[in-house]
Amino acid sequence: MVEPILFVVMAIGALAGAVTVVAARNPVYSAMGLLGTLFSVAVLYVLQLAHLVAAVQVIVYAGAVMTLFLFVIMLIGVDQSETRDERLPYQRAFVGGLAGLIVLFAGALTIFGNFDWVPAATGTIPEATNGTIQAVAQPMFTDWVLAFEATALLLTIAAAGAIALAHHRRRRA
Amino acid sequence: MIVEAGWYMALAGALFLIGALGLLLRRNALVMFMCIELMLNAVNLTLVSAGRALNDINGQVAVFFILVVAAAEVVVGLAIIVAIFRLRATASVDELSELRG
Repeated sequence: MVEPILFVVMAIGALAGAVTVVAARNPVYSAMGLLGTLFSVAVLYVLQLAHLVAAVQVIVYAGAVMTLFLFVIMLIGVDQSETRDERLPYQRAFVGGLAGLIVLFAGALTIFGNFDWVPAATGTIPEATNGTIQAVAQPMFTDWVLAFEATALLLTIAAAGAIALAHHRRRRA
Repeated sequence: MIVEAGWYMALAGALFLIGALGLLLRRNALVMFMCIELMLNAVNLTLVSAGRALNDINGQVAVFFILVVAAAEVVVGLAIIVAIFRLRATASVDELSELRG
């Protein structure tokens, strides 16, 4: 009985945070809304026994990434004078049509498909997806070790690229 | 009593939709970037719930890799936004037309 109640509460929290991200005029409020969504999704991971992923979500996303976002908002200032007039013709209508189409698709899936396109979980605690550190690390360092090394390279390149971007202007000025 | 995977998928779909709408409707580059993070999180949620429904741990491994790539993307993206702001003193994507041919 715990999972349905927590799911509803956290789903409302995640959706409210997401709407705040899009609707808030002040980027700081957007960042706070994103933080709420990230925490709610982390709780949803715990509900699904993805413990390690939930911990990484809080540490990396809610910790490091959001700090970076807030620092950049602070650096470039809170610009509230965002123009709402549309320069691309028909884009608003296109977005509205797209949103309506996706909502229609989701509604049809709910009513007719009854969400059984993924085999439903059985109700018992699945041993294979109990996401402890050992359970996640085992395939990561055996089956996916090449991808793991590639992400290490990617992080190094990203760090070097960020430093290069930050240095460029200072040298010319 | 458990929540079936379809409900997690529905929530993830809603989050992805809100993120996509924000990306299309907002002009502030920072807010657009946050909307991309929102969409990435929606996809991560689908991967975790599909992994549980299919009884496969690799869903969580994939989420781990997406988190790493997203972190790298945030670092480079925010560096680009700051570099553009130093050049043009604006974070509005409508003001940027240097690449126009």
